[in-house]
Amino acid sequence: MGYDKRIDGRKFNEMRKMEAKVGVIKRADGSAYFRTGNTWAYAAVYGPRELYPKFKQNPGKGILRCNYNMLPFSSSHDRVRPGGSRRSKEISMVTEKALISVLDLSQYPNAVVDVFIELPETEAGSRCAGITAAAMALADAGLAMKDLVAAVSVGRVDDKILVDLDYAEEAYEDGPVADIPIAMTANTGKVTLLQMDGLISKEQLNEALDMGKSSLKEIYELQKKALKDKYKVV
Amino acid sequence: MSELLVKQKDIVVPGEELAIGMDNLPGQGTYREGEKIIAGRLGLVSIDGRAIKLIPMSGRYLPKKGDTIVCKIMDILMTGWRLDTNSPYSAVLSMKEATSDYIQRGADLTQYYDLEEWIVCKITQVTSQKLVDVTMKGPGLRKLTNGTVLKVNTNKVPRIIGKQGSMVSMIKDATGCRVTVGQNGLVYVDGEPSKEVIVIKAIKKIEAESHTSGLTDKIKVFLEKETGQKIAGQKVPEQKVKE
Amino acid sequence: MNRDLRNHVIKTLDAGVRSDGRKALEFRQPMSVEYGVTTTAEGSARVIIGETEVMVGVKVELGRPYPDSPNQGTMMVGAELLPMSSPEFESGPPSIQAIELARVVDRGIRESKSIDFKKLCIEPGEKVWTLIIDIISINDAGNLFDAASLGALAALKDFRFPNLDEDGNVVHKIKGDKVLEFEGEPIEVTVLKIGKHFVVDPTSNEEQAVDARLTVAVLANGELCAMQKGGETPLNQEEIMKMVDIAIEKTNELRVLLK
Repeated sequence: MGYDKRIDGRKFNEMRKMEAKVGVIKRADGSAYFRTGNTWAYAAVYGPRELYPKFKQNPGKGILRCNYNMLPFSSSHDRVRPGGSRRSKEISMVTEKALISVLDLSQYPNAVVDVFIELPETEAGSRCAGITAAAMALADAGLAMKDLVAAVSVGRVDDKILVDLDYAEEAYEDGPVADIPIAMTANTGKVTLLQMDGLISKEQLNEALDMGKSSLKEIYELQKKALKDKYKVV
Repeated sequence: MSELLVKQKDIVVPGEELAIGMDNLPGQGTYREGEKIIAGRLGLVSIDGRAIKLIPMSGRYLPKKGDTIVCKIMDILMTGWRLDTNSPYSAVLSMKEATSDYIQRGADLTQYYDLEEWIVCKITQVTSQKLVDVTMKGPGLRKLTNGTVLKVNTNKVPRIIGKQGSMVSMIKDATGCRVTVGQNGLVYVDGEPSKEVIVIKAIKKIEAESHTSGLTDKIKVFLEKETGQKIAGQKVPEQKVKE
Repeated sequence: MNRDLRNHVIKTLDAGVRSDGRKALEFRQPMSVEYGVTTTAEGSARVIIGETEVMVGVKVELGRPYPDSPNQGTMMVGAELLPMSSPEFESGPPSIQAIELARVVDRGIRESKSIDFKKLCIEPGEKVWTLIIDIISINDAGNLFDAASLGALAALKDFRFPNLDEDGNVVHKIKGDKVLEFEGEPIEVTVLKIGKHFVVDPTSNEEQAVDARLTVAVLANGELCAMQKGGETPLNQEEIMKMVDIAIEKTNELRVLLK
């Protein structure tokens, strides 16, 4: 039997309906919003700014600090208790690693660039939505940045390789599932985030990564447009 | 074989390819990777001969030697004051640089500049670790009182000042307000309250429309409408987008 | 408190204007209320006042009633002043600012008796609905109090009870039909005193110049159901009555947004 048709009817290489906008939080130095289906994230950047406590300061360059947080009403199940969890701390950390390689923080010794990712609604793919929004927010904040970063989850449901798994697919019970969030730099194609849980063969992984690459190109085009739209001549 | 992939005033995002080949030079905000020149930030393309550079449209202020900045006193030190510069790096104003008068050791420094007061000063030094020294000795440098501070995008400051100060002068003349524009993106406005409102609106308008052409005329029309008075004077030279 | 800033705000108010050109008792524009902004909450809303933006979500859970009110459901109001919404907010446990905001909005709703908590009872002494209202600041440009209160009401209006499955568990994913009955619509408006002036809808700057503030929750019929004084400067009775009058007048303006 196999997974012949996606639960929501999408093609296997089709992402959910996406939306990107830049400059959505006025008080922040840079901000953006990114949506895929029913998962959407705000990202706000404050920085470079003073870093306290002093012992955390790096005299060689600025540091990047990411905070991923799900809002209490963002889960389709029970309320999420505010204050973060081990999961959100881990996601914060991999988000930081996903973004740091494109930033040049040498111009900001002793300072910090804070990235806040807040999710009001999640239905799988939240860390990827967060990273995609955060990259736009960092660019919007005018930071020295070599490239943009986009993220999406690819994976496998039963016998099919697919992109942008939604919640129902992650929870699919009639066959093996693998969920692979991946982030890549837009122009140099380097992988900055790679995680997986589930079951997958080496060959399937390769196929999934290929599919991911082309999906990420689509997301990158959206990011570019969102950034340019904010600044285009009135 | 070289190729320029963008044109003047294009908005480019980090990682976007600007040119291929060795004919062009990577200017500020760009970098070279092999044959390609690539955008190193979000910015506006500015081509100057062979150099391609990017003009920033956003980004916080970073202190630079020689800049005139509007600061707030945030701490009183043993021999001076620490200032909030609207950047990640605070500045120090030493007693020596505070005034042309001689300040006694142990004098009450709040008599000169007190916490939360605003001053306009000039940066004399920025070390590699971004320690910033400023001075109050110089023309136009003084304490700012009775007014309000407006935060603007530091990258728009050149437009707000205008060529040889023409834009800010026009605003000052039209409203009768004192307007002090700091390179650090803080603008001190002091005048009759209803006129201050006009100054703030005008500056916000410049920020919003900074990379359009004919801006000076637009602001002139706006000021005339808001104040109900015609603005006399010479035609102001059209400004190029400056860095 | 910044003396210079306060003096300047008073100077402009003396001249009858505020820095953004508004009059003292004028709310910023645009002002909007949007319902149903997330599908994962049982009720949600977004309120915009000028550049201030607040999102409120209502989730509901099954729980036990309090021992002293066995046939009533319960309600909890929380507020998060997210660091993303202002450079002034830090990460970490709720600040006293957030706690005060949540409790003031809570009192406005609870004390108005707008919600009949008995209707939230499923099985007396055993099973009741617990409403959890979460107020989230998205962008703080001043006056989070009023935006939060309006948002909480709007989210409650948007709220639908979810259905229970055959095991008696909440089926969160599917939005139900049953509305939460509430009447009275307590709306809060905060009136601020700066010098001798009364002001509503302060910007972040103006909030720093405030001597005292009074948040008043008013029902549609003009009755008051909650109050909170903030700020360090005392108020006399005449001032309080004046501020209450202003609040009543202003809540009528805001009430229109909830239609």
